[in-house]
Amino acid sequence: MRGRTILLRCVQALAVLLGVSVASFAVAHATGDPVTLLLSPSASDAARTAMRAHLGLDRPVTIQYALFLQHALGGDFGQSFIYRQGVAGLVLARLPATLILAGSAFAIALCVGMPLGVLAARGGMAAAMLELFSLAGLAVPAFWLGLMLVLLVAVELRALPVDGYGGLSHLVLPALTLSLQGTARLSRLVASGMRGALRADYIRTARARGLSEARVVWVHALRNVLVPVVTMAALELGDLISSAVVVEMVFAWPGIGRLAVAALQQRDFPLLQGTVFIAGLGFVIVNLLADLLCARIDPRIGLAR
Amino acid sequence: MRPWLGAIGGVLLAMTALLAVAAPLAAPYRPTQINLRARLQPPDWGAPGRPRHLLGTDNVGRDVLSRIIWGARISVSVGAAAAGLGAVIGTTLGLCAGFFGGRTDAVVSWLIEVQLAFPFTLFAIFLLAALGGGFVPVVCVLALATWVNFARVVRSQAMSLRAQDFILAAQAVGVGPVRLLRRHLLPAVLPSVIVVASFSAAQAVLTEAALSFLGVGVDPTIPSWGAMLNLGRDYLSDAWWMATFPGLAIALTVLGANLLGGWLGARLEPRGS
Repeated sequence: MRGRTILLRCVQALAVLLGVSVASFAVAHATGDPVTLLLSPSASDAARTAMRAHLGLDRPVTIQYALFLQHALGGDFGQSFIYRQGVAGLVLARLPATLILAGSAFAIALCVGMPLGVLAARGGMAAAMLELFSLAGLAVPAFWLGLMLVLLVAVELRALPVDGYGGLSHLVLPALTLSLQGTARLSRLVASGMRGALRADYIRTARARGLSEARVVWVHALRNVLVPVVTMAALELGDLISSAVVVEMVFAWPGIGRLAVAALQQRDFPLLQGTVFIAGLGFVIVNLLADLLCARIDPRIGLAR
Repeated sequence: MRPWLGAIGGVLLAMTALLAVAAPLAAPYRPTQINLRARLQPPDWGAPGRPRHLLGTDNVGRDVLSRIIWGARISVSVGAAAAGLGAVIGTTLGLCAGFFGGRTDAVVSWLIEVQLAFPFTLFAIFLLAALGGGFVPVVCVLALATWVNFARVVRSQAMSLRAQDFILAAQAVGVGPVRLLRRHLLPAVLPSVIVVASFSAAQAVLTEAALSFLGVGVDPTIPSWGAMLNLGRDYLSDAWWMATFPGLAIALTVLGANLLGGWLGARLEPRGS
């Protein structure tokens, strides 16, 4: 039974990936003829036909899609127009920077958002403060917050480097910027979950058994809030990578977001397609892992949704 | 959610909408009026009775306040249109998925998962690079992000409503599926749709600003808050006001829509749903 549900979830993930590949292919296909972008306007018709045949563009759409999928499965996403290199290599070279940024922001969101949520679940002043913080956190655009932090910390105080990639000091501002929305959402989720959990019978039992309040709150109640947190955390990662695109632009962080924007400016569609597809692939895998993790945390979950 | 917070949200949104509609009257200057002798002027509240550039000027001497007022047009129209289009698509698909179940539900759920699998900003850049900018493409791309919000909520509500007596009764007297969905299920899910629409408008305003910031917005020649921020980034150390105020406008508008949505949610939705 366990094996079957895990298998089912994997099949679902594969179906989603298939959709991701169709969408990536369809958008790239809708961009028109790449040959006009690849060759100079003065190229001869023969050169154009040869190029088209070389790229497989003279074949039916379904065959083109099958070829795209076949190549993608082999890790080949075509050649970037601007860099004249394989797209997969380019994206993978930039991926660590984005993952470091998103990962740090994620860690900040977890380390700050969870305790905030637990504190706010007690109500009173703490709850009102959290409400205010999360309302502001959700409304402020990440890139504007980034610019304001640059203005304050780097331009006025000259405390931290404003851009580039290097040691920890370069990471602080972008990671803080990126983490705000996640922190706001996570703390809200934990607070509402904890409010429900603290009313449950097993909490009364735990208290009746004489466990310390800290143990009741942080171990018994928190564990039962973890499932929605893990599910949301996985979705949050998608949002983080999405916002990272813009934050990378603010801080000149050399991740896949800046790669995508450079590709956008140069109309480098294979590079855009590869970036989107690889990011989607990563997101599906992370969500699959999150679902499996949830089943570990809470054995009642059968994984079937 | 306290009612006065909802009221603040309503006032913020109404003010933005009013400024957007009345931009030609409200703006002290034309948004495109270049004045090279008044470049990078800091915010100046002037002598009483004769205000000058209240929020400063940009790198070619255009009035920042006027550009923010005109920029509200983009944010308000794009936000409303994207939320509306997303509502129509998402509600329709969600109702069908929740009511019919089975294969319809499988397809819609699959579409939702595929949509959620894309880091949206990357996908939007990709799509807009392919489609080119402009109002309609931007709204369509944003609706691609918002329809999921509606579809998920409506789907789960339609699923639980399907077995309720008033639906069963309507079915028993021979009401066809189209009429059933439109006249019986749709009114029942409408309160939730309105709540989701408010949050989706906030999301659309934020995303539109991000796209304009990246240079794939509606039209770079029309003032928009995201594009102003992008320009302000280049003058951050010389002219803090160029980036600060457009961002504040975005934040206040999004805050307004979120507050209104939260209050509507507390008012309109039955407890425990």
